[in-house]
Formats: sequence, C-alpha cells, structure tokens
Amino acid sequence: MKVRLALTVNGESREVLAPVHKTLLEVLREDLGLTGTKHGCELGECGTCTVLVDGEPVLSCLALPVAIEGRAITTIEGMAEGGELHPLQQAFAELGAAQCGYCTPGILLTAQALLDETPTPTRDEIKEALAGNLCRCTGYTKILDAVELASMRMGARK
Amino acid sequence: MHPFTLERPRDVATAMMLGARGAPATEYIAGGTDMLPLLKDEVLRPERLVAVGAGVLDDRIELGRDGTLRIGAAARMTDVADHEGVGETFPLIAQALLAGASPQVRNMATLGGNLLQRTRCGYFRDVGVVACNKRRPGSGCAAMDGDNRMHAVLGGSDQCIATHASDVAVALVALDARLRLRSLDGERIVALEAFHRVPGDAPQVETVLAPGELIAAIEVPAGAALARRSHYLKVRDRVSFEFALVSAAVALDVEDGRIRMARVAMGGVGTKPWRMPRVEQALAGARCDGTAYRAAAERATDGAVPRGRNGFKLDLMVRTLVRALEIAGGQA
Ligand SMILES: Cc1cc2nc3c(=O)[nH]c(=O)nc-3n(C[C@H](O)[C@H](O)[C@H](O)COP(=O)(O)OP(=O)(O)OC[C@H]3O[C@@H](n4cnc5c(N)ncnc54)[C@H](O)[C@@H]3O)c2cc1C
Ligand code: SF4
Ligand code: FES
Ligand code: FES
Repeated sequence: MKVRLALTVNGESREVLAPVHKTLLEVLREDLGLTGTKHGCELGECGTCTVLVDGEPVLSCLALPVAIEGRAITTIEGMAEGGELHPLQQAFAELGAAQCGYCTPGILLTAQALLDETPTPTRDEIKEALAGNLCRCTGYTKILDAVELASMRMGARK
Repeated sequence: MHPFTLERPRDVATAMMLGARGAPATEYIAGGTDMLPLLKDEVLRPERLVAVGAGVLDDRIELGRDGTLRIGAAARMTDVADHEGVGETFPLIAQALLAGASPQVRNMATLGGNLLQRTRCGYFRDVGVVACNKRRPGSGCAAMDGDNRMHAVLGGSDQCIATHASDVAVALVALDARLRLRSLDGERIVALEAFHRVPGDAPQVETVLAPGELIAAIEVPAGAALARRSHYLKVRDRVSFEFALVSAAVALDVEDGRIRMARVAMGGVGTKPWRMPRVEQALAGARCDGTAYRAAAERATDGAVPRGRNGFKLDLMVRTLVRALEIAGGQA
C-alpha cells in the first residue's frame, strides 16, 4: 500500500508517494535524494541514521514517516546555513574528528541538539548525549574535543 | 519487511476494535523502537499495524496530591526521565530509564512499549534458527545448550530461559507499580508483578494481556519514605548503551540506621522483572551495614538455576545487590 506523505525536511515541504513500510531513512535517501543520512545497523544500535525531529535526535531507521508528518525534520544537508558551515562542522573538520566520516552526520546532528539545549555542556554531558552514536575510527576523544570547541566558539559569538 | 498496512485510529476505542479482531493479523505499534527491528528481521509478520502512540493513548505524567505517580502508556522514556516530579519523588525510575538504551531511542520509545519489549535472546530474533519455543511453539530451545551467557537463572523452564530486558520495569516492580489495562470490556488494574508471565510450557504467552487489550497507564503508589534512599545499579559488558547482565533496584526506608522496610527487584536474571521478597524480609529490621547487606543479598539466588554459560550471574547478583544496598542505605 502506497501512501502520500507530506514531510517538512530542512524547512521545505516535500511530497512523496511511498509504501507504508518504508522507513524514514529509506524515504530520505531513496525518494528525496538526501543521502547524507547514513545507513548503518538498521536496528537502532549505531546512531548513524540520526536526524532531528522538532529539534530532537531520533533514529530514522526505526521511524515510519507517516508518524512524522507535519513535524520539522532536519538532516545533515540542512545544517550549514547559506553555504556557511555550522560551528560544529567547522570544529570537526579542524580537529580531525571525522576519519571515514560515516558516523559524522549523525554525531553532528546529535551534538547540535545538545548545544541547542545546553550551550556549555560538561564533558560528561557530551558523552551521555553521544552515547547512542558509535564510531569505529576516531576513538571518540577528538569528537568530544570538537564539540567542546564548537560550544566555546558559539558562546563567544553571542 | 513483510508489507503491512498502518492504521492511525482517531481514538482508543477504534484502536481496540481493530486490535481485538483476529484478522487480518494485527499488532499495535507505539514508538516502534522494538517493533521495527522485529518487523525487519521478520520475527513478526503482521498484515496490519495499529498506531497507539500519543494522540491515541494518554502521554501525560502526573504526580497526584497523595503522591501517586500516574504515567500514560504513551509517555516517552525521555519525558518521564526528565520530569521534575519523577526525579524528586521516584529517582529510581529516572535512574533506570537513563540506564537504558540511547538518547535517540529514549526520544522515540514509550513506557507502554518498554514493558512489552520482546526478549533480546539472539535465537528468538534470528528466524534462521529453527529451535525457539517462543517464536515457534514446540520447536525446542536453542539457548538451552547454546550461547546462554545472557540468559535467565530465575523463572526459566525447560522450554525457555529468555530474560525480560527492560530496566525501568525492574524499578517499577520494586515500587509496587500497577497497570491500568483497557479493552472493549472496560478497564482493569493488574499489579506489574503479576503482568508478565514466566514461560512454563507456553513461552509464547508473555503477559496476561487479552487479545486487543492495551496498557493505558502505569501507576506507582506514594512511597516518599522509600524514595529517598534508592538506587538502580546496572552491570553490563560495556559502560553505556547495552542491556544488563545483572541489575538491581533497591529502595530502603531507614530510621536511626535501621531498615524498616526494603523493596528489591533485579533485572537481567529472570524471565520477567524479578521481585526479591526473601531479600526484602532479610533486610527488614536489619542495621545498615555491610554484614547485613551481604547476608540479605545472598538470598537473591535462592532457587536460581544456572545453565551452562550464565553461571557467573549468581556471584554477580550478590555483589551487584550488595553494592546497590551500600549506595542506597549507606553504612550506619
Ligand atoms: C538499540 C537498543 C537498545 C536498547 N537498550 C535498552 C536497555 O538498555 N534497556 C531497556 O529497558 N530497553 C532497551 N531498549 C528497548 C527499548 O526501550 C524499547 O524498544 C522501547 O521501550 C519500546 O517502546 P516503543 O514505544 O518503541 O514500543 P514499540 O516498538 O512500538 O512496541 C513494542 C511492543 O509493545 C506493544 N505496545 C506498545 N504500546 C502498547 C500499549 N500501550 N498497549 C499494548 N501494547 C503496546 C507493541 O505492540 C509491541 O509489541 C533498547 C532498544 C534498542 C533499539
Ligand atoms: S530461550 Fe526462549 S526465546 Fe531464546 S531460544 Fe529458547 S525458547 Fe527461544
Ligand atoms: S542505522 Fe539506525 S541506528 Fe544504526
Ligand atoms: S569516523 Fe569512521 S565511524 Fe566515525
């Protein structure tokens, strides 16, 4: 059974005709061409498919898009503003917090949600917020450093 | 995934009418964090899903004047864990929630769904494995002589030894929580301790829910005296984002260095969230000290049956419980 979905992705209204049993991850990647959201374990265990729904991190591999109609979806494609990288993206690039980069979109969005709610998190708060995002390359230290750096820069800018 | 239709009923009555009908094969879905993996792995192959999240079921969290906590079944794990009243009055519940899953999962998952999550037994979740009595009644149990390191030492039968994996259910059982269940016949109240069933000779029947019946709400009776000294301790293979090997929920009512009343339950060790009445009896009247904690904790393994690779859980249970009691009760 196909259904017509009206989704709001990165501030734009998008309409898609898709089978009910397609996950949000599949609709984003296959029907909307937003392949920045990555496809990992598909079972909720790795966090690489994280997107924001109304500003909160959720797993697109476990979400059915019908349930999210009318809510604001943010993917990694919506993070930079007007060609300018988000301070988190900038800090990740500078500090080498991404290696293969597969986990990076999910981690950036999860960190963005954290900083939106808690602009100057402690190291433990960052770790707790990112507990559901696995990275096989970096050993996490640089990721935590980059979130701290972005937090400091964003605070200084205000 | 096997194709299905998805109904988004306008109210509970419609949901229950759809859920109660035997055909087409129907399952409820709330946050979907357990349902989606089970659908993807084709452990479940319903033809129709009926959405019962917020909007259909209550998602409010209310702390009554008399101290009773009422949590709508559709409340999300995140919202319950972050609720100020819950944190102050029942910190055990918030701790158990935050010890489970990941922030993303908790942003999606509901409390009703949490209590009804299916076991993490790897044989149950792998349809390539033939022998699983829970998935295919009468087919045998691959875990019995297989990889049963994570499996239960309490409440098992020769048909199934799968654990119930919820953390918050362990805290709720310790706190005497009860469930409001709703069906087309009306409402009934069931103690959470009596809600899940041990496998016996029908491991596929996991709860007392009738076909189509819903969890509407969870109620926790006032327990201010107990709440102040409580602790949820979870021991797992890695520090975060992992299911429990063993967990302990303890709440103590202490006066002048003596325990007046204790509530104790354990997770990761039973085929359902496991209340520990013998430990509670041993603690009642005891002094808050290591010797008393140890003596009481040893009663936790009464009746435990290890099966091969999970024997280490017996020692770990006692040590986990002693540590949780030390943290909650302190040393007199
Ligand atoms: C990677 C991962 C790690 C996890 N780690 C932990 C952990 O450490 N500790 C822990 O406790 N949990 C853990 N979980 C489990 C998680 O908490 C559950 O998946 C979640 O709570 C289920 O809630 P849901 O709303 O998503 O339920 P769904 O997946 O929507 O539904 C689960 C079941 O409940 C039924 N259902 C839902 N609501 C109702 C209702 N109101 N009435 C009747 N039936 C209903 C559905 O039919 C289904 O059978 C983990 C999950 C994942 C994916
Ligand atoms: S322990 Fe239970 S769920 Fe696991 S294989 Fe045996 S019967 Fe199936
Ligand atoms: S792909 Fe969604 S959590 Fe791994
Ligand atoms: S950079 Fe490779 S998985 Fe994180």
